[in-house]
Amino acid sequence: MSLAGKAALVTGASRGIGREIALELARQGADVAVNFSGSEAKANEVVDEIKALGRDSFAVKCNVSNAEEVAEMVKASIDHFGKLDILVNNAGITRDNLLMRMKETEWDDVININLKGVFLCTKAVTRQMMKQRVGRIINIASIVGVSGNPGQANYVAAKAGVIGLTKTTAKELASRNITVNAIAPGFITTDMTDKLPEEVKAEMLKQIPLARLGEPKDIAKMTAFLASDDSSYITGQTLHIDGGMVM
Amino acid sequence: MAEVLERVTKIIVDRLGVDESQVKLEASFKDDLGADSLDVVELVMELEDEFDMEISDDDAEKISTVGDAVSYINNLK
Repeated sequence: MSLAGKAALVTGASRGIGREIALELARQGADVAVNFSGSEAKANEVVDEIKALGRDSFAVKCNVSNAEEVAEMVKASIDHFGKLDILVNNAGITRDNLLMRMKETEWDDVININLKGVFLCTKAVTRQMMKQRVGRIINIASIVGVSGNPGQANYVAAKAGVIGLTKTTAKELASRNITVNAIAPGFITTDMTDKLPEEVKAEMLKQIPLARLGEPKDIAKMTAFLASDDSSYITGQTLHIDGGMVM
Repeated sequence: MAEVLERVTKIIVDRLGVDESQVKLEASFKDDLGADSLDVVELVMELEDEFDMEISDDDAEKISTVGDAVSYINNLK
């Protein structure tokens, strides 16, 4: 197991891609703090599954756009595990609308959770990782942050921001042996994509050379690799996991 | 005062790998002791642990010499 003895914090880990990431890190041997914001019952299910794998885990409620709550969450993780090796910034929301109809609150909500949240969580773990002289930060961006997408000005701006933040953080922390990478998922089957109408999905498939949607495990496997010692020479990168959609 | 300087000096010598004789009160971390921005952040973190206190980001930005650090700590005591 490539992550034996490591401690991880995964934000937005009660559902979808975050849930699968938390489970995969645990399968690879890591202990995992499971962050949630609303779905406590779902988060507890993930914790139970991780414990069934023989790993340590606990659920921690936190709105990642709130600096105080983030500081408490990170402190709770470090207190619980005695260290923190891996941070996965996965928490995210969508408030889709055409630019001309987008309300200011829709813009602010998405930027606050999806971009500011990554900044706050990263800042909060940096002290511990700098002391440890080792750390892995993995930011879940999105392929639309690279390509753009109509109806998602807020989401795309946040995800493109995450990619830029990833590169800068990677440069700032490289000398302390902390690597920072982003993963840009394409269309992955989750609650978020399940809500899309069939004709939209059919149209999406036309843009994907591998002609199928991805699965949460496709993202989780790459996250586990980037969290492992095997990826020690990779930093500042954005990995597209999108069936070849954006090359 | 002497005791604080001694403990601060030890941290600086350990962290920056400089000779004890270089650690003078007027020495600037960046200009005289070869620290980069991140080294200074780390030094402040270690001072917080050593002296069991919290240095706000605003205050930390004002600490640029050995003397700044020593007098900041002494003022809090």
